[in-house]
Amino acid sequence: MEKKEKQEFLVGVFDNESKLISAIDTLRAKGLKIHDVYTPYPVHDLDVHLGFKRTRLARAAFLFGITGTTLAIIMQSYMLGFAWPMIIGGKDHIAVPDFVPVTFELTVLCASLGMVATFLISNGLGPGKKALMFDPRSTDDKYVMAIDLGKNSKFTKETIEKMLLDNGVSEQPKTKEV
Amino acid sequence: MGAHKTISLADEKMQYEFTAKLKSRLMMTLGIGVVMLILGIILLSLGFGETHHAAEHGKEAAKHSAEHGHHEYYWFKRVIANLWLNATFFNGIALIGVFFLAFNYVAHAGWSVIIKRVPETFGYFLPISMGSIIALFLLQIAMGDNYTLFHWTHAGITDPSSKNYDAIIAGKSGFLNVPFFFARMVIFFALWYGLFRRLRSFSLQEEEIKDFKAYLKNPVIYNKAVYTSAIFLVVFAVSESVISWDWLMSIDVHWFSTMYGWQNFASWFVSGLATITLTVILLKEQGYLKSVTKHHLHDLGKFMFAFSVFWSYVTFCQFLLIYYAHIPEETTYFNARLNLWDGYYKFLFFFNFFINFAFPLLVLMAKEAKRTTVILKVVAGAILMGHYLDFYLMIMPGTLGDNSGFGFVEIGCILIFASLFIYTIASNLAKAPMIAKNHPFIKESQNFNQFN
Repeated sequence: MEKKEKQEFLVGVFDNESKLISAIDTLRAKGLKIHDVYTPYPVHDLDVHLGFKRTRLARAAFLFGITGTTLAIIMQSYMLGFAWPMIIGGKDHIAVPDFVPVTFELTVLCASLGMVATFLISNGLGPGKKALMFDPRSTDDKYVMAIDLGKNSKFTKETIEKMLLDNGVSEQPKTKEV
Repeated sequence: MGAHKTISLADEKMQYEFTAKLKSRLMMTLGIGVVMLILGIILLSLGFGETHHAAEHGKEAAKHSAEHGHHEYYWFKRVIANLWLNATFFNGIALIGVFFLAFNYVAHAGWSVIIKRVPETFGYFLPISMGSIIALFLLQIAMGDNYTLFHWTHAGITDPSSKNYDAIIAGKSGFLNVPFFFARMVIFFALWYGLFRRLRSFSLQEEEIKDFKAYLKNPVIYNKAVYTSAIFLVVFAVSESVISWDWLMSIDVHWFSTMYGWQNFASWFVSGLATITLTVILLKEQGYLKSVTKHHLHDLGKFMFAFSVFWSYVTFCQFLLIYYAHIPEETTYFNARLNLWDGYYKFLFFFNFFINFAFPLLVLMAKEAKRTTVILKVVAGAILMGHYLDFYLMIMPGTLGDNSGFGFVEIGCILIFASLFIYTIASNLAKAPMIAKNHPFIKESQNFNQFN
């Protein structure tokens, strides 16, 4: 497998939420592409300021759920109706009301397990994966912005540094290779 | 989007105007309702609309029809059953208005403050609905055994020497007897209405406050309202269960279900939420409640969605347990709704699940659907019709059997109660400003945001 080329990031650290948000707005207005922002807690509307597209996780969840529903109905009808027909409580072999609880549970199970798998895959997570950490203080009290230099080739590194310094970073931006 | 523009309270139309046009329309609807009811009674007393299957069909139908006998009192029973249906249904909506206020107070909820005045007017319908319920009950007792909806009120039902004696009902007579039933009803009504008037008066007292900033430091009136609401919630939890056994479950007096109070609560609650949503949207379309944004509507939509699913959950639970256990004394209730009278109620029974479960579930699932006024209006309308049907299925099989129907009497009763209800809401909306501007959480409600 071809070894992945290293990406170079410029990391800016902010002291508070409002400085971060206004910096995101001005930098994006100037055409800078921000890779991601790391905050100690979820900041409301951050995704809107960063211009992220609406997640498609809901659709994935719906499809996983429908799969669970279908599997549950097929499984119960096959088992109780064809493979080993049994009379329970004087009801038909395929008694639909009895199927509802199991169908509901399998729908929930498939949707939730499927969502966990989707989450791990789409975030590139898994056992043994080393955490990508631009600045460990983003788990404490700092707001960290990462800018992918490779994707911002129309600006030089110095200009981006200058832009960050003009927009309220609390210290000199650092370079980090991943 | 991020920061949405907040509408200043100065730009709001604070005074609701109960227009002469609306007033005359409501009076006309009421008149049409009364005319249809009278027309229906005339037609029924002449013998139209009865479906006596006794001769043609099996012995179950014959046994049932024998209970009803001649059409002289059949029309009376049908009218009483319909008035009873509408009175209990609308009483539920009125009560849910107070319940909505109370749980929002106790939860210290901020989002709902801007629409608070809408459910606040619902409670004023309680005297009308409770008045009709009490009058209807007394009328049934006065008219005697052939005319009443309640089998347990029949003469001699607890007397072993009487030919009317029924051992099962006699065993329940410690709870189900006329004086205790009547006393419960009156006490609950006094508690509901008393607590409602207290909450309303606190809300109106807040309007008088001159110094809002000082009030915020020590919101005495608000704290009192929270306290009253907590009392109301306890009262409501007990009374709602008991009153649904009394008013609805005791129609099928040999049968009982521990899920019944829940099902009835869910039915009332989701109808109440649909009425609140519908009223808010209609007021907004007339230029009131400008501060109500898609974020507030989204919450109302979520409420309707969630409690439609809750209703389906408890209703299906009740059905599944009885279906699975297959004990004759329990299955009679569903036998009447699925098999008896050639499956007279079978279609309605399944349609009930479609309109109250599948329809709101699928239509309101997407986020944008909960924010679109047209979709909300359609779903709220469907929910109101659907839960009228739910009440219909709770009352009609046990009282009229296969002699029920949907004609002039039914439509007339709906029109009478709906027009009275809207008249009560509109006339009381005009008595207070549309927005509770001195509520401690008013700013939070104005700036309410779902953040996505």
